[in-house]
This record gives sequence, C-alpha cells and structure tokens, in this order.
Amino acid sequence: MNHDKVSSMDRVLTTLSHKEPDRVPLFLLPTLHGAKELGLSIKDYFKKAENVAKGQLQMREKYGHDCLSGFFYGPIEVEAFGAEVIYCDDGPPNSGTPLIRDPEKILTLTPPHIEHSKCLLKVLHAISIMKETIKDEAPIIGVAMSPFSLPVMQLGFDRYIEVMYERPDLFSRLMEMNQGFCISWSNAQLKAGATAICYFDPVSSSGMIPPEMYLKTGFQMAQKTLSQIQGPTATHFASERCLPIIKDVARTGTAIVGVSAFEDLAKIKTACKENKLTVLGNLNGIEMRRWTPDETERIVKKAIAQAGPGGGFILSDNHGEIPWQVPDEVLMAISEAVHLWGRYPLDWV
Amino acid sequence: MEDVISPFETALLTLDRLKANEILEETSGTWSPMEQVKHVVVPTLERIGSGWETGRIALTQVYMAGRICEELVEKILPREAPDRKRQPEMAITVLQDYHLLGKRIVLSALRASGYELKDYGRMDANELVQQTLVDQIEILFISALMLPSALKVASVKKQLDQSKSPVRIVVGGAPFRLDETLWKEVGADAMGWDPSDAVSLIGKFTGVSS
Repeated sequence: MNHDKVSSMDRVLTTLSHKEPDRVPLFLLPTLHGAKELGLSIKDYFKKAENVAKGQLQMREKYGHDCLSGFFYGPIEVEAFGAEVIYCDDGPPNSGTPLIRDPEKILTLTPPHIEHSKCLLKVLHAISIMKETIKDEAPIIGVAMSPFSLPVMQLGFDRYIEVMYERPDLFSRLMEMNQGFCISWSNAQLKAGATAICYFDPVSSSGMIPPEMYLKTGFQMAQKTLSQIQGPTATHFASERCLPIIKDVARTGTAIVGVSAFEDLAKIKTACKENKLTVLGNLNGIEMRRWTPDETERIVKKAIAQAGPGGGFILSDNHGEIPWQVPDEVLMAISEAVHLWGRYPLDWV
Repeated sequence: MEDVISPFETALLTLDRLKANEILEETSGTWSPMEQVKHVVVPTLERIGSGWETGRIALTQVYMAGRICEELVEKILPREAPDRKRQPEMAITVLQDYHLLGKRIVLSALRASGYELKDYGRMDANELVQQTLVDQIEILFISALMLPSALKVASVKKQLDQSKSPVRIVVGGAPFRLDETLWKEVGADAMGWDPSDAVSLIGKFTGVSS
C-alpha cells in the first residue's frame, strides 16, 4: 500500500526534529492482528518469532504505516520472572496471579537472565528477522516496561500501592532490581536491531499517582533508566493522562510521549512542542471497534489538525496496542485518511 | 459540614490515618456511627471520586483513601454490627482478568459507606452466573480492565436473563470509561465512572438514599 517516495525512517526522523516531513507518520501498532493476518490463533501466533516478524511485515505492507513493532504482549517480562500468562481467543495474553504474593519476597527476588529466557529470546529473534528484512527503511520499536510500572504485574496493583506508600525499603529494592533488568532488556532489543525503545510507564501518569509523588518516584526512575538505554526512547502512558507532568517527562530525556484519548490533543501538542517532545497518539482503540469509515476519516483529520502542524506528531492509538475487536476496515480507513489528509503542508487546516 | 469534610479529605489524601481518625472521633459525640458514615465518610469519598474523574486526584490516592476509610468505619461499625446495611443482597467481582484494583477500590468505598456485600474475587462468566443465582444477588458490581473481559458481561447478562434473575448489573473499569456506550452494549444496567458512584447507584436502584 506504500505510495510514498520518502522512507518511513526519514519521515519519522524529520518529524522528531519538529520539522514537517512529506506526511504525518502513522504508527498503527496492530500487535494482535498479525494472528488474523496469518490465520493463526493468538496463542499459536506468539509461539514463534517468525510468526510475529511475518505478521508485522505483512501488516506494514497492507496498511502502509511507518513502523514495525517488536512487542509481543504486556506480561512477557514477568513471564521471564516466572509468572503465569493467560491466553484467550479474543484479546492480548494477560498476566495471571501475581508472581509475588508476600511482599517480603521482594528481598530475595532476582531478575531473569535474558539469554536463558525463552520468551525474551523469541522477541529478540523477531526483532532481528525484521531488521534483516527492513534494514533502515522503517523504525523497529522495542518495548520495555518501566521499573516503576512492572510491579503492577509482579505484585498486583493494590499490593504495589501499599508497598510504594508504606514500605520504602521493599520499594527501593524492587526499583533497583527492576531498573537493572529494564536497562539490560532494552539494550538487548537495541542490539538485536530495534531502532528505539518504548518505555511503558502507565503508573507514572497523573491519573495514577499525584505529580508530586511522580517527581519522587517514576520521574527519578525514568531519568536514571533512560540515560542508560543506548538508543532513543518514547515514553508511553497506556491510555492514562500526562499533561500535568509533560515538563518533567521531557526532563527524563525521552523524545516521544504516548498520550491519552482522555486528554485534549491540541493542548498536549502545545505543551509537548514547548518541551521539544514529539506526540504519539491519541486515537481511542476501544471506540475504534465501532467506527464507520466516515467517522474514522473525520477523527483522523481532527487529530492531524490538532497536532500535525509543525511536525512533532506521529498518529497512533492511545494505548500502544490495537484491540483484537477492531475490524481491518477501520485500520485501512485510518491509513487512507492519513495518506489523504496528512500530506504536508497541511493547507486545509 | 465543610469544616469537617475538608480536613477529613486532606487527611485521607495525605495518608494521615491519625488525623483522619481524630476528625471522625470528634463527631462521635454528635452522631451515631451510621450518621458519621453518612455525613462525613460518604460525602468525602464522593468528593475524592469526583476529584479523580476531573484529574485532581490520582488513583493511588483514591485507593489508599478508601482503605483508610474502610479501616476507620470498621472500628466504629464492625462487620457484624446490626446497623450495617445488608440489603439489598450485593456482590462484587472482577470478570475474567486478574486486575483486582478497581474491585478493591469499589469494595472499600461500599464497606466504608456501611454496606455489606459479598466479595467474589475473580470469576469467569459461567461461575459468576451460578454464584449470583445461588446467592440471590440483587445488585452485581462487575469490574473489568481488559476489553475482552468487558465484552463478556454480555454473556453474564444473557444467562441471568434466561434464568429470570432480577439482578441489576453495574459495570466499571477502563474500557467502559474509554467507550461511553460500552455498558449499554453489553446489557449492563448502569456504569460507575468513579468508585463513589456505586453508593449512589444503590440508592437509585432501591429508592433509598445513603
């Protein structure tokens, strides 16, 4: 479906410099749809690196969007720690019972060795296959859960909140361990061929913790962790709000921020532009299931009008993962709308 | 009332359990435990819930505030106290997925408001239907974080309707907040936007205010 003369990589790099490329880049991030594309169940799709690589490459060809994703599913990192992953036929693999039942176990928990983790090695293999095929034509996005957000799956969110507020000793130990793992995991993906790392950090969002708490916790962790990741990063808040903390997010050193459908995209763009951050978002993946083609075009056009001028904008969904229930027709309509309305200069705005 | 609710809210949001306890105890000379719940705890939790909806208050604060209130209310109104509200028969559950925080927050808010209800933990659709029928539940609160789980509410509703259960289903969770029509799509009777909505919805269904 690619009508473009400019490579996706050049398009994205230009927008990251806050200049206007040929058109607004689109990161569709259909992590599950590859299974549909290959006629596989979700569980079978994720069994092999080759499936994920093939699914990503085919979907990029089909929808003409601007990246490949090395993301498998959210709990893959806790799976490497030994946690259970629950598969279903109509959604992403999900974390099961938390790995740590007794918070005191944090003191003795050790991170997995990437080279011995089958699930993590699969991701690296998928990234290397994609890199070998795509070379530098399009960015490959690796994903790493932030040390500050990973405990939601390690402990359960309720127990994690209690540790965060009431057990600074355990919290500190957990952060130290998770930070080391996050850095190693991110750098392994970059070494395998990922262009950038999406640092997934929903707990840092202002919907989850107060900004003053963020400055003492998630912000510190992001600053220290991102400085040791040997490549560019995007910070994603997985549908949660971030406008109140944009200035601080910029100080972590990240280049891109994944923003919520709950927030005003125009206000987000203004704040990000002031802080030299590129906006990634913010299409509503849950509503997307029921969009008509006309609605899709209208919504994409509005997002481009709000955030496209001046570059510094990549259209995407607001969660970092398109739900299984979103029809292919809607994904195609998004792509067509970007190709129709996203050409710079945006004279129609 | 503002001179009690405002400092009580501040104490909860700053996790000052001692202060919160002190403020509530100061009202014990004027009000019965259930009145303390009605005039102080419930309106404060409503204010905190609204604050979360507008972005003024974060979810972790909502959770900790709810937990502190639950502890304080349990001291003045223990679970076995006759004044506890045991009607209507209610239950709360997480459907299918393993993300329990939303359920925990609503459960705290309801218990802190003087209600007693069954905590079903996490259940799949079929077992939830069976248990709801066995317990003759009248209001069922279902929390879901994942879209596939939210969509399974339709199956729960269908099976309960087939069994002629009069149960009212109230749903909540991220997918319902992101798509405002989803609760109707799955056949729920109402949706809670924030934890304190659970209390007002009980009033709406029973015709009795909290």
